[in-house]
Amino acid sequence: MRARSTDSDAPFALTHLHKSANRIYCLNRAARAQGLHPGMPHADAHAFCPDLISQPADLPGDARFQQMLARWATRYCPWIGLEGPHGLVLDVTGSTHLWPDEATMLGDMKQRLSRAGIHALIGIADTRGASWALALHGGGIAQPGQTEARIARLPVSALRIAEKTCVSLERLGLRTIADLIALPRPTVTRRFGAEVLLRLDQALGAQPESISPLSDPPHYGVRMTLPEPIGLTSDVMAGTQRLLTRLCETLKEQEVGARVLQLTLRRVDQDSQQVELRLARPLRDAGRILPLFERGVGEVEAGFGIDMMRLEATQVEPLPVKQVTHIAGRDKDKLDDLITRIGTRIGLENVQRFLPADSHIPERSFTIAAAAFSEPEGSWVALHPRPLKLFTPEPIAGHGNRPPKSFRWRNMSLSTGRATGPERIAPEWWMADENWRAGLRDYWRVETRQGRRLWLFHTPQNPGWFVQGEFA
Amino acid sequence: MRPDLADHFPPRTGRTHEVNGPSSLSFSLALAQARGGTTLWAREDWAPEQLNPVGISAYLDPAKLLIAQGKDQLEVLAVSEEALRSGAVTLVVMELSKPLDLTAGRRLQLAAEAGKSTGLCLIQDGMGSNAAETRWHCAPVFSESGDSTHQSWDLKKNKSGTLSKWEVRWDAETRRLRLVPDPAQRQGLARAQH
Repeated sequence: MRARSTDSDAPFALTHLHKSANRIYCLNRAARAQGLHPGMPHADAHAFCPDLISQPADLPGDARFQQMLARWATRYCPWIGLEGPHGLVLDVTGSTHLWPDEATMLGDMKQRLSRAGIHALIGIADTRGASWALALHGGGIAQPGQTEARIARLPVSALRIAEKTCVSLERLGLRTIADLIALPRPTVTRRFGAEVLLRLDQALGAQPESISPLSDPPHYGVRMTLPEPIGLTSDVMAGTQRLLTRLCETLKEQEVGARVLQLTLRRVDQDSQQVELRLARPLRDAGRILPLFERGVGEVEAGFGIDMMRLEATQVEPLPVKQVTHIAGRDKDKLDDLITRIGTRIGLENVQRFLPADSHIPERSFTIAAAAFSEPEGSWVALHPRPLKLFTPEPIAGHGNRPPKSFRWRNMSLSTGRATGPERIAPEWWMADENWRAGLRDYWRVETRQGRRLWLFHTPQNPGWFVQGEFA
Repeated sequence: MRPDLADHFPPRTGRTHEVNGPSSLSFSLALAQARGGTTLWAREDWAPEQLNPVGISAYLDPAKLLIAQGKDQLEVLAVSEEALRSGAVTLVVMELSKPLDLTAGRRLQLAAEAGKSTGLCLIQDGMGSNAAETRWHCAPVFSESGDSTHQSWDLKKNKSGTLSKWEVRWDAETRRLRLVPDPAQRQGLARAQH
């Protein structure tokens, strides 16, 4: 909302598709003043307020922003949970002593947030329920022990109970929390179920309520600072081995394998050099990864020495633990390592394999994929003999729809000994291919008396003869 | 008496060999099939001729083929040496556009020996290296009998044995190499049948 509001005075709303209607998700103060509320269909809102500016809401973006805020909030306390889609809950018990008092901390929070353009409502109280109630109704602080007094005058809607229950409570004349506390408990439960009293007890502290903090995302980086700078390749490799062992333990715990590893070597003159290793398969076996670093580390300019090393798995992929069998593919591992090692020299995408594709067009009957990112699959079907090599069609002189008796190709005089064909291949109309503009092709296998066996084609719609491939 | 082809093909492992001529591609593929295992095909990325896996499938399962594209011959050789030394592939085929110098040829030999794999250079005419164990010239032969895989394989250089020439054909169904009988033998067979 903050980032996309254009003019803070105009009514502005974010909408999202919910319950098969475009509804208001979030709105600014001006829009609220016009009588709009979240959850209202967008069409209705527009009728109420014709000059409403609206944009679609970005829910995943909001979730990311909430996570970011949660991370930022660790400056106040370590125990932070998410409160619905729009709030954070901080357990500040034990960390308020870092500030002169709670009010100073709250002021600091508000000031920093407003500097970032966020209008925040913050409440501090003994319990999670009470602080939520305070935050929703203007914010403020309930001193220890003062909770009940502080929230007693707030409306029942401050108790995190369903809106429907809230409305029926108000219809019975129970407007404030104090009214609710005054009621005999059994009657409330009988009428409204357990929720109302549970929320009340949570707000007053009679029922415990915990905060589940966000787990830290796993971090796949390790570093090592050296007391004395090192320069020998063997020393750097020994250091890398130690880092790798530690990193691989983390990878194993998380059941992931590294796909791209980055080794940063910082020199004493503060210059840093990086060695990137892109692996052909996700790996977490230190013994296998280490030799693959040799080439990269060998190229590093150590200068006056390296005093800090950092190894990070910048890209990881899930790698579940597998059962060890006696027929485990040792050869496959060796091949993967080879692909990685070749990849460090010519680039991993230049080690390729062929995959079959479903097309009659000879040049499109296969695809080329990077070997590191594909598995050999599919079956190869050749209904008719196909040449071993293909090249861009080379025109030859020829007339009629039978292959020429003799022709010149690549400065060779060739005469046809035997011709097999034709095999008609039609262009794929759904693919606009420049090379197939000439239309149909009649392919012939031509065995010349000189030995060469060529793959010729004739384009009947646009007469011409071409050589496109060669058999053995 | 002609030496037995089985003594010379497939050529020795742990060595690099050379082949040229218009049928060098089918020689390499026949060798790859005879070796089994994975084949690494190292070539320069600008090479205009494209291998056609559909055609290759008559010789070898294209799944057993890995292509490495280097930007020049130096990269091709470096990649080939790495692959030969690792022993993870049974055959490394290099498409070379320039003659090999002695150092490079020797390095490839040592790498092949260390990895117990076979190297095969597809060379241009007259660009043979002294380090190669054998050199073959392969060319297709027009056959009146209608056999469209008939070729002549000429062993031009052999460091440990005699030179000879064979007429062979490829049996795509069994993916096996077959020897074509000599014309003299053929006539003999024909006479025996009468």
